[in-house]
Amino acid sequence: MTQSRLHVPHPPARPGEKPDFSYLDIPPAGREARPDTLAAALEIERLGTGMVRVLDEHGHAVGPWNPHLEPEELQVALRHMLLTRHFDDRMQRMQRQGRISFYMKSTGEEAVAVAPGMALQPGDMLFPSYRTQGLFIVRGKSLVDLMCQCLSNTRDMCRGRQMPIMYHWAEGNVFSISGNLATQFPQAVGWAMAAAIKGEDRIAASWIGEGASAEADFHHALTFAAVYRAPVILNVVNNQWAISSFQGFAGGERRTFAQRGPGYGIPGVRVDGNDFLAVYAVTRWAAERARASGGPTLIEHVTYRAAAHSTSDDPARYRPKEEWQAWPLGDPVTRLKEHLIGLGEWSEERHAALEKELEAHVTACWKEAVSYGALTEGPALDPVSMFEDVFHEMPPHLQRQREELRQLLAARQAAADGTGGEG
Amino acid sequence: MAQMNMVQAINSALDVMLGRDQRVVVFGEDVGYFGGVFRCTDGLQRKHGEHRVLDTPIAEGGIVAAAIGMGVNGLRPVAEIQFADYIYPAFDQIVSELARLRYRTAGDFSAPVTIRTPCGGGIRGGQTHSQSPEGVFTHVCGIKVVMPSNPYDAKGLLIRSIEDDDPVVFFEPKRIYNGPFDGDPHKPAVPWSTHPKGEVPEGHYAVPIGKAEIVRPGSEVTVLTYGTMVHVAEAAVRLAGVDAEIIDVRTMVPLDVDTLCTSVCKTGRCVIVHEATRFSGFGAELSATVQEECFWHLEAPIARVTGWDTPYPHAFEWDYFPGPARIIAALRSVMEAR
Repeated sequence: MTQSRLHVPHPPARPGEKPDFSYLDIPPAGREARPDTLAAALEIERLGTGMVRVLDEHGHAVGPWNPHLEPEELQVALRHMLLTRHFDDRMQRMQRQGRISFYMKSTGEEAVAVAPGMALQPGDMLFPSYRTQGLFIVRGKSLVDLMCQCLSNTRDMCRGRQMPIMYHWAEGNVFSISGNLATQFPQAVGWAMAAAIKGEDRIAASWIGEGASAEADFHHALTFAAVYRAPVILNVVNNQWAISSFQGFAGGERRTFAQRGPGYGIPGVRVDGNDFLAVYAVTRWAAERARASGGPTLIEHVTYRAAAHSTSDDPARYRPKEEWQAWPLGDPVTRLKEHLIGLGEWSEERHAALEKELEAHVTACWKEAVSYGALTEGPALDPVSMFEDVFHEMPPHLQRQREELRQLLAARQAAADGTGGEG
Repeated sequence: MAQMNMVQAINSALDVMLGRDQRVVVFGEDVGYFGGVFRCTDGLQRKHGEHRVLDTPIAEGGIVAAAIGMGVNGLRPVAEIQFADYIYPAFDQIVSELARLRYRTAGDFSAPVTIRTPCGGGIRGGQTHSQSPEGVFTHVCGIKVVMPSNPYDAKGLLIRSIEDDDPVVFFEPKRIYNGPFDGDPHKPAVPWSTHPKGEVPEGHYAVPIGKAEIVRPGSEVTVLTYGTMVHVAEAAVRLAGVDAEIIDVRTMVPLDVDTLCTSVCKTGRCVIVHEATRFSGFGAELSATVQEECFWHLEAPIARVTGWDTPYPHAFEWDYFPGPARIIAALRSVMEAR
């Protein structure tokens, strides 16, 4: 008699064990062919199992995917990625000091936001995940604005209603970040369908983690995108870890995430997510395809979540501390920096000066941001504003509740002033 | 007896049931190796094996659907939804499938699934880590809905839920995982070791589903509440100097109408307190029940103290949370009514 047995995925290494990334198939840079942007999904299935890489181990840009960007553009890219990193580091420290309630860093995966952000047009709509803050930085949102959101202060774009990092920017064409997973993926498809219905040349792009690809919304996104050939780029950021669950728990053990695309009739492209040039080139390819009515592309960015999931998380409990050092695709900032140095367009001195400049910039922004108040001190939003924007027009029951809170706050103030009432 | 906080009590309930009943399986996001983001399943995978304590893909709909399938095939699944705010992708599986399976098959199929999920605010979690959606589930016919307010009840009710042949949604008020909370966020945290219900038997015992508990006897007014708000109401009653009878509802479905209404008929006054929003909240069901059963004994209109009818706002947490000041005001207005 035979008996079935459950398979339970195991990550290659747990705390105290030696990091092991031998499960990753990493071809040499420059190997993958660059197909025509309108090639049929099934003809280019190989792109889902290989890996588009442009920067080789010496920092040279090689192969057909090299986007041949000007040095000035690469310097801007380096600046965006470094600024994202300095911003993250500062906000993490401010959370540790109790100035903000929560934070999520994107350290080690800055390229998966900054490169697509630069490769797309300003009118293209971005549906970010909570770890793609680089998109806001590329689009030019000021750090002060982002910090004010994290501080829930008087300049908070969310008016105190959202946890830190749940930014949005309507003028910059960046959608609202949701705390719920994967919801933005099919929404991006709907936005893209609308662009096509209206006859625009704008496209949409969205990002989710590989862990969130287990949610049904991932399937909804791919089905709708495929059925209508929506002009959308669907990015799966495979950073290996979803809190404590390694990518095998999202189904990454036997197939790449990019390979899911062809199952729906959508090209799937696996890209070295820590290679700025490769991510840029693949995004450009997918954007051209989308704008030419070729439909959606699923892109898997292979990267590594160097930081904790969030400030509430302690990854030392579930993965080796040295994993980030052992990560075979390196650090996107270092790799782009070395490429620029190799081109003779950058130097360690200029890099150090840039780091210093950005750190000073972040400090100045923080000083300005806290001058508009912090969660527990300084100028504060009026609590009665919480009743606004539940509906376009406030219904009577909310008006009554707002009045009740107003009276409660007045009584509390009177008690604090020593004029009676109670707290 | 041992001293336990609510996390340890829940862990102990799962441990006891995994040990006693080979049909029990425990799973959810980060539940296995890591032991849960709130540590409720800490050590259980090591002890009971990775085929009985499992990590899952991040898919709440999948988690509940798989639990139904396992339940139909003879297991007693205990599924964790990491935050109640993330339960909605599973809504269809809960409402259309889990709740109705017994009914639509005339009893031929059923799934004894327990869904554990942390709920409630007061942890600076904003709108995606603070919700109290119990009322939504009480409106669905065929699932039991439970919310304990202390470690002793948490363990006893969870054991009873796992043993129950019907599906149970088990809400865990995360603000009181580590200690009772009186509604004042500026006071130092108090551990469960200071509370009599922090004394928890180490072995098996059950607290019945469908039984409320009088946590403070009184004669002047009845306070109906559950979860975190039991402790906030106790503090408010102390401050108000009212001889209130405080009842911890504990189980929303089925509801212990007898205990609730006997009390209100005795005191003639009723204040209902919950953290969830007001409109169509569970307080509306309590209020209607009290009105129907106690109308001729009521000396004042029933009052409700609840969260405002807005999403949970991050920056205004303590203006949103229905704290002691609002409960005291309600107690006063109910006492003054003639």
